[in-house]
Amino acid sequence: MSVTSLEFQAHAAEAAPEEAIEGRSQWKLTWRRLLRDKMAIASIAVILVMVVLAIAAPLFVSLTGHGPEQAFTNSGTTSSGAPVPPGTHGFFLGTDYIGRDLMIRTLYGARISLFVGILTTAIATVAGVAVGLVAGYFGGWVDTVLARFIDTALAFPLIVLALALAAILGPSLAIVIAVISFFSWAGISRIVRGQTLSIKEKEYIEAARSLGAGPWRIMFIDILPNLLGPVLVLATLYIPTAVVFEATLSFLGLGIPPPTPSWGNILGEAQNYYSVAWWYVVFPAAALLVTTLAFNLLGDGIRDAMDPRTERIFAAGRKRRKNKPKAATEPGALPTLTVSELGE
Amino acid sequence: MGITRFLVRRILTGILVLWIVATGTFFLFFARPVSVVARQLAGRSATPQVISEVIRNLGLNQPVMTQYWRFLGKTARGDLGFSYYKQIPVRTILAQDLPITASVVVGAVLLWLIVGLAVGIISATRSRSLFDRVSTVGVLAGISMPVFVLGELLILFVFLPLNEHGITWISTGYAGLSGGLIPWTGHMVLPWITLATVQAAIYTRLSRGSLLDTMGEDYIRTARAKGLTERRVIYRHGVRAALTPVVSQLGVDIGGLLGGVVVVEIVFSLPGLGAESINAISTGDLPVIIGFVIIASVFVVVANIIVDMAYALLDPRVRII
Repeated sequence: MSVTSLEFQAHAAEAAPEEAIEGRSQWKLTWRRLLRDKMAIASIAVILVMVVLAIAAPLFVSLTGHGPEQAFTNSGTTSSGAPVPPGTHGFFLGTDYIGRDLMIRTLYGARISLFVGILTTAIATVAGVAVGLVAGYFGGWVDTVLARFIDTALAFPLIVLALALAAILGPSLAIVIAVISFFSWAGISRIVRGQTLSIKEKEYIEAARSLGAGPWRIMFIDILPNLLGPVLVLATLYIPTAVVFEATLSFLGLGIPPPTPSWGNILGEAQNYYSVAWWYVVFPAAALLVTTLAFNLLGDGIRDAMDPRTERIFAAGRKRRKNKPKAATEPGALPTLTVSELGE
Repeated sequence: MGITRFLVRRILTGILVLWIVATGTFFLFFARPVSVVARQLAGRSATPQVISEVIRNLGLNQPVMTQYWRFLGKTARGDLGFSYYKQIPVRTILAQDLPITASVVVGAVLLWLIVGLAVGIISATRSRSLFDRVSTVGVLAGISMPVFVLGELLILFVFLPLNEHGITWISTGYAGLSGGLIPWTGHMVLPWITLATVQAAIYTRLSRGSLLDTMGEDYIRTARAKGLTERRVIYRHGVRAALTPVVSQLGVDIGGLLGGVVVVEIVFSLPGLGAESINAISTGDLPVIIGFVIIASVFVVVANIIVDMAYALLDPRVRII
């Protein structure tokens, strides 16, 4: 940072009008930044629409009169027994191979996908945070054992366990939830453990300890709130992963057993009908893609919004050079950025 | 610390992991009521004679610990049991399927590493260029794309139209290498693209971020100050260090790779290990599934050792302990 920029900053500080300074928490700031991110807002809108459609699925059943597992062998299939295309006989998105309404099944698939995605992420987040906190805070042999366990769970192939369980117990929703949760907590644990390791050395933790706070109080009252940011980002990014896992397992016949519709098992059934029924693949695939993309975009948006540097990036516009000056990331550097760029 | 000692240590840990997997498999599959196990192992269409034969062959009447030692011994010798559904040893079945799965894996891994690293490096060196922006959007789409959806879309919008226009080189199913390199490649192109796309997206993002971070380091400035060409700075100094997180990610991805292989084999009707084990579920052919579980674990363990070695070779700061 050059002398000019420092002077400029000083001037800016002096010239600042005497506004009443309003305290803003980190979460409020994050929310404000998120609201400015058009992609994130669009993603939230898409996710909300998906959730509403999933909840309202029974409404569509009563509107169309087509149940999710109801086969319309006469109106729903052509004379040669193939699925009917979108828009025929009141089937807006066409039918599947035994004449069930594809729109209704896709809507019911959203219920399964969102339910599994959100539930497994919640389980994995709680378990991951707990294990990560304990491993990071206590250290020693506890950490050694838990870290080993985390590494093993991260490297173990999900498909192998899913396959073994499905082979013995038969595929079911419970297995899907158990398997996905089991493989998701480790990633969160690793991050939480790393963060805990660094936070527990901070002075304020020492202060808490000297005031007589016990380990559990320190972990959950003093450390945990400072981890919520990265955990929230991770959790948002785990939802689409879990949705994809569920769909993949169901696609392979290891997940949600038919006739219950899930995007995965619809797409699995569609495999034999590529050349006669494009809609059979395209609509469930589109629903799945839109959902995962929206959650991924939202996760990226939240991550950017959590990062105080983003404010600067927004302010600086698009003319920034590729080697951004590190000085510009200091808090309160908003007006200095242009000057320091000139000075470099 | 010598590389031999490192290898010995890792191999011993690997054997420990495999022992845990084998034990888990045994108790999951065998330590249940004899009649249930015998019926499941013999397959759905087993006659009473076959079931009693299974009980005798596997020694299911004997105490659990005797069975356990027997199972461990057989597994260690590579005897993975007998498929009563197909009437041949599981080892023979898996040996037949292995080349197909290997074809898928090797091609896809090469493709995703090359594409992922190349796009990542170009994006990082031309940060905020049009190329960078397009690739960032592509990466997001790729990350959100489930493997099987991409496979189905490729069949629907590439394979079927091409076939309709008489271009039959690109195809589904499998053609062995013995039939020539060109037909083999034609059958493999779509599976490779399918499996590689999602991973390439992850590696693009990773290598881009990692290289951007590395290029901000002091030693890069030093290299530039010495007057090295930008090319040399990027490729000899930057990329080498930037590769370490990429390699460690590779270790994490091996488990996921297996899942992807299973999916790709199902989508493109490739009769490999993954498809075999999925079909074994519907036929109730439990010995094949046990064989797959063990083979898959061996693969994960071996691949992890290789990745760790590559990691240590790439980054001299990594101490092999």
